[in-house]
Amino acid sequence: MVEWSETERSIITNIFSNLDYNDIGPKALVRCLIVYPWTQRYFASFGNLYNAEAISNNPQVAAHGIRVLHGLDRALKNMDNIKATYAELSVLHSEKLHVDPDNFKLLSDCLTIVVAGKMGSAFTPEIQATFQKFLAVVVSALGRQYH
Amino acid sequence: MIFLSAKDKNTVKAFWAKVAGKEEQIGCDAVSRMLTVYPQTKIYFSHWKDLSPGSAPVKKHGATVMAAVTDAVSKIDDLTGALLSLSELHAFTLRVDPANFKVLSHNLLVVLSTMFPDDFTPEVHVAVDKVLAAVALALSEKYR
Repeated sequence: MVEWSETERSIITNIFSNLDYNDIGPKALVRCLIVYPWTQRYFASFGNLYNAEAISNNPQVAAHGIRVLHGLDRALKNMDNIKATYAELSVLHSEKLHVDPDNFKLLSDCLTIVVAGKMGSAFTPEIQATFQKFLAVVVSALGRQYH
Repeated sequence: MIFLSAKDKNTVKAFWAKVAGKEEQIGCDAVSRMLTVYPQTKIYFSHWKDLSPGSAPVKKHGATVMAAVTDAVSKIDDLTGALLSLSELHAFTLRVDPANFKVLSHNLLVVLSTMFPDDFTPEVHVAVDKVLAAVALALSEKYR
């Protein structure tokens, strides 16, 4: 089981309570689709993804970014059992969405960079370490049910 | 080989002009983050007295690394040539596992994002990521 110190818990809680999901969610997904264009393969139904500008202005991308970010709320509420919390979503991503689990890390890196941009120097090395630990646990849980 | 388009090169050069003057701070912050967030990287610096963020050896090394990256950006059309001796150093003397180049690159991107939130757009991000990957590849060339 993953151990969380009190400091780590409060760092994660603070980051998310100060997060504007409607801003950060879209930004993270947009960045992922632009920086790692192969991830666009999962969004063929989203219409215009032809260039960076189109992706940035695509309302379906924005809506989906918000949804994905809210998906992290589950981990936030169940930090002591993230693995079980994401079992169902893991099956969904594997069986139905057929998402390559390597992509979870790509999105999590983009989210880290977007949050870093928002927080600036307040995103200290220690806070970065905790945030990345949190995302790594989620990423691992999401990849667990693949077979 | 990482293909760098003219657009990639120009985007990075333009962004690097904004970065000018802050190389030491960026390098120091990136190395500090690498050692904190990826503690396994500390093994390469067991000879340092102090590995804490912003310490003297961290600051000095950050400046060295960032100066080399900046130099590579200026010689972007021939990264293999520009990084030849550094590749030999990393391959034969330092023997840094090349997986760590990605780790340092990631932390450089995080620093750039914190310091230049408005300029480090997704388009700049992808171009810088590609150039750092190309630098890492050039640095790995002498390994085997």
